[in-house]
This record gives sequence, C-alpha cells and structure tokens, in this order.
Amino acid sequence: MKFGILVNEGPFTHQASDTAYQFTKAALEKGHEIHRVFFYHDGVNNANKLSEPQSDDRNLVRLWSDLGKEHDLDLVVCVAAALRRGIKDEILAEGFHISGLGQLIESGIQADRLVVFGD
Amino acid sequence: MMLHTINKSPFERNALQSCLRLAKKGHAVLLIEDGVYGAFQGTAVAAQIAERMADMKFYVLQPDIDARGLGESPLIDGITPVDYGGFVDLVAEYEATQAWL
Amino acid sequence: MHEEDEFGESGVVKRFMYVNRKAPYGTIYALECLEMILIAAAFDQDVSVVFADDGVYQLKKGQDTKAVNMKNFSPTYRALDDYDVEKIYVEKESLEARGLSADDLVIPVEVVAAADLVEIMAAQDVVLSS
Repeated sequence: MKFGILVNEGPFTHQASDTAYQFTKAALEKGHEIHRVFFYHDGVNNANKLSEPQSDDRNLVRLWSDLGKEHDLDLVVCVAAALRRGIKDEILAEGFHISGLGQLIESGIQADRLVVFGD
Repeated sequence: MMLHTINKSPFERNALQSCLRLAKKGHAVLLIEDGVYGAFQGTAVAAQIAERMADMKFYVLQPDIDARGLGESPLIDGITPVDYGGFVDLVAEYEATQAWL
Repeated sequence: MHEEDEFGESGVVKRFMYVNRKAPYGTIYALECLEMILIAAAFDQDVSVVFADDGVYQLKKGQDTKAVNMKNFSPTYRALDDYDVEKIYVEKESLEARGLSADDLVIPVEVVAAADLVEIMAAQDVVLSS
C-alpha cells in the first residue's frame, strides 16, 4: 500500500516527528511504499542541518535524512512554512527539498492513505 | 471506515471527547503519544471510552505507554495494545485516517 | 509538466476534508491551515471544511489585531467562496458551547449538529488537520 505522511511539528517541541519517523520506518519494513513525507508548520525544522542535538539525544534531522537516502524517499519541505522560519536551500539536510503545498494535496490524491502527525 | 488517532491527554485537551462525539459506529480509535493517558482503568475518563466500546474498536500504542512508565497499569477492558507495525496495519485496514490534533 | 497533466487527467476525485479545531492567533495552525485550503482549492477535488471546538473562533466577526500586531486573516475566509469551496460546516454544539451563533461568523456556513457531522466526516477519503 502507498502511504503519504504529513509532519506538522519540529524535532524538539513535540513527539509528532518521532512518531511519524517510527511509523514510516515500520511501514517500509512491512513492504509498504511511502509516496512522500511532507513537512509543514514547524515540521519544516526537521530539515535544518544546522540543528545540533546533545550527543545522547536522537538526531531526527539525520534519521529522516538517512531513511530518505536508504529508501529513496521524497522528503518535501513546504516553501511557505519554510521561508517564514528561515529554512532555505542552503541549510537543508541531504535528501530534503523545498516545494509547494500542492505536493501535499497531490500526495493525498495519489497515496492510498494520508497519515497526519502533529500537535 | 475510519481510524482516528488521538495524541492528547484527555485530562488536558478535549481531542478524545470530540472524537468520541464525532466518530461513527464501526470506526476505530488509536491512542498515541500523550493520548495513551486515556487508556487506563480507574481514571476519570475510563467510562467515556467504555461507553463506546460496544460500537467502536480501541487501540493504544504500547511504546508510548512504556515510555511513560505505565507498562504495568491495567488497560480499560477491550483496548488492544499495538506496536508501530500494528499502527501501520491499522492505517492499512481502515479506509481513511483522521488525526485529532 | 503542468498541473493539469500531473493531476487533472488522472481523473481521480477524492473527498478531502479540512478540520479546524484550533483558535486563531494563540497558535499558527489556523492561519497555515487556511493557506493549505486555498492551495487545495486549485485542485479538482471534492473539498469540505469543518470548524469545530475552538476552530469556530477562527470565523468570529470583528477581529481586530492592530494592538497585537499580528495579521488579521479573518477576511481571507471570504475568499473560500471565490475558490468554489462551498461545503463549509460548523458544528452546532461547538458554537453553542461558546455562546455563539451563525450570525457571529464572518462567512455564511452550514451549521450542522454533531449527529449529522458524524456522517459527513465518515464519508471522507482524506482528512487533513493541523
């Protein structure tokens, strides 16, 4: 089955991105396809490669980036939400790219399920 | 049929109450993150879930229970614990998912 | 490839519902959800918008944000009609619990009882909330 994933929160204030990551990983392990992971609201902060968590904390930016690399995931950061939060191309972690909200709607149309993670 | 996810403590926010008011018979509810605080016997909200137990299915995300130190606390009768793989299975099983953020 | 080729010709029309349950200004969700709905309206999908719980406060008439120095986006809800978003539902119980009625809202809406909203929500293919 093909899943679309929407992540509405960043890596540190809320658990939403952690849950989305664990869900996405479990879906891939079960042989499902991830159509796209779309980052909206503060979720755009998941793409910030300047983020430096403490050494004993998980690094969600890197985890998303690595999962994206391993499974060739489409990690899309919303341009409108990103710009107002200072997330630009030059600070995007590997695998993320910036695009419009239309990519989220498209995922809703093309995926079999759209799953929302937020606050 | 729809899967409803709830990630808010029912003692702080009304996501669980609103979901129970607006979810249809035959739908399922999955409690995740702080939503898992609503899954246990002997709380002030247990009766609200028990009331819908006959016409809806209830699930709770075990990793979030364990993280919160509630692994030994008895769940409301009829609530099924699932792991992340079980979460995926539920999303696949139900035709749509609604997150009560 | 322009949008028509990518999405229109697939002929897929799904029922998309946007559920607003949060008040404006205290958090950004209401504003960014409205931005999402306006983009979504450009796609040929069956769009519904629901306001329930504190989401009904998004539509309250008379918002004046000068002193808080934030953008008053309540007039933008009027654009929904221009974008052919016509299915706009407000839950009756949520309105009444907050001492409001349809006359207090910036746009005409369909006020629906929870029992009817249950059916409308259950019929959706994609539910977006923020």
